[in-house]
Amino acid sequence: MNLVAWKMLVGDRAKYIGIVMGLTFASLLITQQAAVFTGLMTRSFNAINDAGQPDIWVMDPQVQYIDDVKPLQDTELMRVRSVPGVDWAVPLYKGLLKARLASGAFQTCNVVGLDDASLIGGPAVMVQGELADLRRAEGIIVDEVGAHGKLSGPPLVPGGPRVPVEVGDTLEINDHRARVVGICQVSRTFQSQPVIYTTFSRATTFAPRERKLLSFVLAEVKPGEQPAEVAQRIEAVTELKALTADEFKELTVRYYLKYTGIPINFGMAVVLGFIVGVAIAGQTFFNFTLDNLRHFGALKAMGAPDGMLLRMILLQASVVGAIGYGLGVGAASLMGWLTRHSELAFRLPWQLLVISAGAVAFICLASAVVSMRKVIQLEPAVVFKG
Amino acid sequence: MAAPAPPQLAPRAAEAGFPPELAVRCRGVTKVYTEAVTPVHALRGVDLDVRRGEMLMLVGPSGCGKTTLISVMAGILDPTEGECTVFGQDLSALGNRARTAFRGHAIGFVFQAYNLLPSLSAVENAAVPLLIARLPRREALARAAAALGRVGLGERLNSRPGQLSGGQQQRVAIARALVHDPQLIVCDEPTSALDHETGRTVMEILADVASDDGRALVVVTHDARVFEFADRIARMDDGRIVQVVTSPAELHP
Repeated sequence: MNLVAWKMLVGDRAKYIGIVMGLTFASLLITQQAAVFTGLMTRSFNAINDAGQPDIWVMDPQVQYIDDVKPLQDTELMRVRSVPGVDWAVPLYKGLLKARLASGAFQTCNVVGLDDASLIGGPAVMVQGELADLRRAEGIIVDEVGAHGKLSGPPLVPGGPRVPVEVGDTLEINDHRARVVGICQVSRTFQSQPVIYTTFSRATTFAPRERKLLSFVLAEVKPGEQPAEVAQRIEAVTELKALTADEFKELTVRYYLKYTGIPINFGMAVVLGFIVGVAIAGQTFFNFTLDNLRHFGALKAMGAPDGMLLRMILLQASVVGAIGYGLGVGAASLMGWLTRHSELAFRLPWQLLVISAGAVAFICLASAVVSMRKVIQLEPAVVFKG
Repeated sequence: MAAPAPPQLAPRAAEAGFPPELAVRCRGVTKVYTEAVTPVHALRGVDLDVRRGEMLMLVGPSGCGKTTLISVMAGILDPTEGECTVFGQDLSALGNRARTAFRGHAIGFVFQAYNLLPSLSAVENAAVPLLIARLPRREALARAAAALGRVGLGERLNSRPGQLSGGQQQRVAIARALVHDPQLIVCDEPTSALDHETGRTVMEILADVASDDGRALVVVTHDARVFEFADRIARMDDGRIVQVVTSPAELHP
């Protein structure tokens, strides 16, 4: 009877398309909005990812997320290095500083100061130049997106393309001259500011005069040591907050979830998609069953047991669910791919695909159950009512 | 998948002391619908036999209980009181699942509104009872094609209901009622939506079917023009059988 179920479904083309479109839209909305939400949340901790190597981040106990910098005393670096289990520890400066561009405009940049000796925490991918070029006088490395975007100069001719920052160009950071010695790739951050790398000592000269300028201490544990255990030791010795990279990411995400309206806004969009799915697809599917109730009654009269009719409805729901889900996820992926070079944060991990599939499956199942109830309650005698 | 076993009806009928010449025996069948505020007595103690090989027509005014009676005979409705035995099987004694299975192999249906699935071709529609019986698709379609050939639609196997006339659709419905070789066929107003000529053609096919293999046909109809095809006519009024005749001429006005 699978053939009959399939032909019943596609035979009513308008309803079939309506159900599939409803599920497609629901799947698209749920997947796309959740992917943007995930992308934004990922951006919130991308700076931690980009630092790469260190096992442990040491910071002021009041720090709530990666951009919430509360400087430490320089001596904290030595105290961290003295903790048993710490292989090495390096300073990191992180701050928002204003850069004066060649055009005279000002642009706030995310300045990262790396340990002068090791340059640990630097970008993994260099497009032009080398990380070691930071040791050259006034050297800075700017990120590629920033170089072509917010840091770029005005067009040479009216209406022409903007002129990107290149190696050899100079900027003024907080009234200090800086020379671009390299272009790098970094992951997009939540605030989407251009990222400028330099050495720790140079960064502290760029930064406004403050008593404390050490933002974080990055530490690596000795081989055989567990980062979580060493982090606890650091906290015990220094009374600072010491988190593994994963814990710091979690702290950052929790902050954004708790103190910004992002989850509510995106959550509402996802819920809206779900409701739209239930309303359009569920209602249309139920109407489809109601329209076919007479045929289900005839099948029942002709000896089709309830189980067979329920399997037919389940098959119909599964088919429209699978098609709607595939189209929706496909459209969401296409949108993500088309906007991959834009500011749009979009990340579609497999877990989101599973969640979206679960939501669509729930919509289909709920619609099918309501329809099944109607069919089970159906008296086959209905077929004799002219 | 194996073909469904043909119904083993005769031995059971003999065991139950059910007269072998009968297809259906109704005794004291009463049906009361209680869903309404006032109970509706649709059948009031109906006694009626349907013989193998005969076409019995149920006639009478609207609301007299004809459709309720064939619904009870077909195991679609339970009588409130009384007993309806089909080929020796008391349908009320069967559970829902067994009764559904019994309908699936022993009874064929022809509906007033045809009830063909619009998205299926004629041959697929005719094959539905066999597909319900889980016959392999290829075999089901082959048997359905043969049944359609028997009702004169061998050339329209792949036509959809929307491409067929009313009479042709009713012939597809008859092919569907025949395809699984049931011993009882119930027809609800099979000619009411057809013009006179087409109605006669349909009745000729049904009469031909009834003469086969001792099959019994019960036909509910208002259409006096087709009474002549009946072997017997049972006139109903107010839930009762008020007259059973062998010729339309004997019917009281």
